[in-house]
Amino acid sequence: MKHDVKLYALSTCIHCKNTRQFLDDNDTDYDCCYVDKLEGEERVKVIEEIKKLNPNLSFPTLCIGDKVIVGYKKDEIKEALDA
Amino acid sequence: MNAEQLYEQLKKFQESKGYFFNKDKEMVMALLDSLLVNKERYGYMACPCRLASGDYHKDKDILCPCEYRSKDVEEYGACFCGLYVSEAWNNEAIPHETVPERRDPARVLAGLGIED
Repeated sequence: MKHDVKLYALSTCIHCKNTRQFLDDNDTDYDCCYVDKLEGEERVKVIEEIKKLNPNLSFPTLCIGDKVIVGYKKDEIKEALDA
Repeated sequence: MNAEQLYEQLKKFQESKGYFFNKDKEMVMALLDSLLVNKERYGYMACPCRLASGDYHKDKDILCPCEYRSKDVEEYGACFCGLYVSEAWNNEAIPHETVPERRDPARVLAGLGIED
């Protein structure tokens, strides 16, 4: 595993689902956080984390090493995974 | 109500307004299922691709079809989720780009009770 990969997602979001599928298809190990399933302080803490990575607070927000990819962008994801 | 019934219920009316379901039916059904999940969760069909607060008034702009749909379809041919698209988008007469989030993130924070 070359990079730490973390996905901030919503369990109901289709672009998040497609991103997960793409990571799975590329045999990537990643940590997925479903923000819509969090509550209270835990949710606030995660939102603060996302805000630093993606000020638009949109989903999916994907971190591959130092690279942040907002939205389901296959080419960018692949490039970052291969880097 | 199931997703198929929701599909039939919305299709005719939305098409009359110039908004078409994405031709990717599998994607549409998944999104409609998610709308029903949100209806169950929050009591209203909040956009499945955005973080809802659970407070109807704070989420009013993201009730599907959201406030941002008309501008997104006008500019990109698709709404943020890709549920609703223009005829040109479905016909591949325009490129299929990732639609950026248009909603002010301050509204997400306000919905969660966080100061910007």
